[in-house]
Formats: sequence, structure tokens, C-alpha cells
Amino acid sequence: MNRKEKMKITMDGLSQNEEFARVVTAVFASRLNPTVEELEDVKLAVSEAVTNAIIHGYPDGAGEVEVCAEAEITEAGERILTVTVHDTGIGIPDVEQAMEPAFTTAPKGERSGLGFLFMKAFMDHVAVDSKVGEGTTVTMTKQIGRQDK
Amino acid sequence: MQDTFIYEAKGQTLIIHMPKELDHHNCRDLRYETDLLMSECYITRIIFDFTKTDFMDSSGVGILLNRYKQMRLGGGRADYYGAGAQVTRVLKTAGIPALMSRYESKEEALYG
Ligand SMILES: Nc1ncnc2c1ncn2[C@@H]1O[C@H](COP(=O)(O)OP(=O)(O)O)[C@@H](O)[C@H]1O
Ligand SMILES: [Mg+2]
Repeated sequence: MNRKEKMKITMDGLSQNEEFARVVTAVFASRLNPTVEELEDVKLAVSEAVTNAIIHGYPDGAGEVEVCAEAEITEAGERILTVTVHDTGIGIPDVEQAMEPAFTTAPKGERSGLGFLFMKAFMDHVAVDSKVGEGTTVTMTKQIGRQDK
Repeated sequence: MQDTFIYEAKGQTLIIHMPKELDHHNCRDLRYETDLLMSECYITRIIFDFTKTDFMDSSGVGILLNRYKQMRLGGGRADYYGAGAQVTRVLKTAGIPALMSRYESKEEALYG
């Protein structure tokens, strides 16, 4: 039996919502029976994407950030979590460059440039869809309960 | 609502007790506060205490890396102790173990 459940939250792009977003997503993801470690991975990836939307997507102040998640159990019994983080901010001119480890456009030197690296390291798949002036959508998937991960 | 950092100076060593959730939101004051402390006291070593930290993301790593660079510029060093499972995995992924020494306790970090 193929089962899919989903959730969507829209919130102001304020830094205090970073924790809120990752906790809500983790609670939602827990219906797929993840291990503690898998839940930590999901929280980290959500934190990275939402923080990016807030600080890079909206450098001049707040806009809205949307977080969607989908929990799916496939015919074969695979448990798949998909998380999408969307902003309508400034967009990314060169996604490939943005995803390079240690690349950051933040001026004050307080950022590591490791956000995308972490998303890729802790989720199975990360896709970035971005248009300058229109915004950015990051889609991440993770199979829950995989033995080799 | 904000977790705060607690600072403890021991001679020329500054111990920074990190908050429970170390993300961009909770990192905002650290730079300013450590800069202030470092200009007032002659600090040659920073030790990060992760004992209470359940969660850290790349914003926390940015804080660590920048304090590390600051310390190295003056010939000092930066180390850490008390890292749990999540923090350990994040530090490893970021390559921090090659730069900073890991200790299990405050005593070990201070006295070797
Ligand atoms: N949602 C976004 N909107 C605009 N730019 C972004 C967004 N997400 C990431 N970026 C760009 O990609 C760069 C790299 O992101 P990341 O790897 O998370 O590192 P960091 O956040 O430390 O800069 C950012 O510095 C920024 O230029
Ligand atoms: Mg980032």
C-alpha cells in the first residue's frame, strides 16, 4: 500500500523561527519511525535551508518562508521523507558555485559556507531551484531506515 | 527566549559554555561578546564547552572557525570538550578535528 501524508507551514523569515521549523519538521518526520540520528540529520538540513532563506534570501528584512514536508511509505515498504524550503527572496545567481564547500557571500566573515555541504551530507538528495529576483526552493529527500547509512 | 553564552576566564584561557541549541539565532551575540572579552583580557586559548549542546548547525561551525582563526593569528589555540553525538558528527563533517583538539572533560581540556 502506498501512503503519503504531508504538511505545510508558512512563517515569517525571523531567526527565532529556525528552531521552530526544524522541530516541527522533526515531529512530522517521526511518523516514519526514524532513528534518533536520522531525526538529527533532518533537523540539521532543515535548519540550514531555513537559515539560508532568512539571512540570504531576505537580506533587507523579513519575507515569508514556507516549509513543506511529505512522508511516504512506498509499495515496497520504503520510508521516504521529502522536505521543501521555499522563499521568494533575492535568489541565487550561480547555484553550482553557491553549493561549493566554504563558499559564502556573507560579508562579516561569521559564516562557514558549509550549509549546502551539510544538507548534502545528511540527506540523500538535495535539489536547488532558484531564480534571481524571484526566490529559491530547496528540495531534500531522505530514505528512513536504510541500513547502509 | 534566547539561549545565552556563559563565559569563564581562567588566566589566559577563555571557556565558552555553549547553549543547548547552537544555530544562527543563538549565535548572534557571540562574536561581539568574545571580541569584547578578548580585548579586555589577554586570551591565548579558547575552550568551547559543548556539554549542554544538543544541536549545532553550520552557523555554529562558522563561529568556531572564526574564533579559531582569530586565536591562530595571535599564536593561540582553540579546543573543545563535551561534544555529544550530534555535535561530534557535525564537527567531523566540517573538518574541525584537524584544527582543534577534542577533550572529554573540562579538567582534561585545561590540564591535559
Ligand atoms: N535561499 C537563498 N537565497 C539566496 N541566496 C542563498 C540562499 N541559500 C543560499 N544562498 C547563497 O549560497 C551561499 C552558500 O550557502 P551555505 O552553503 O548555506 O553557506 P552560508 O550560509 O554559510 O553562506 C550563501 O552565502 C548565499 O550566497
Ligand atoms: Mg547557510
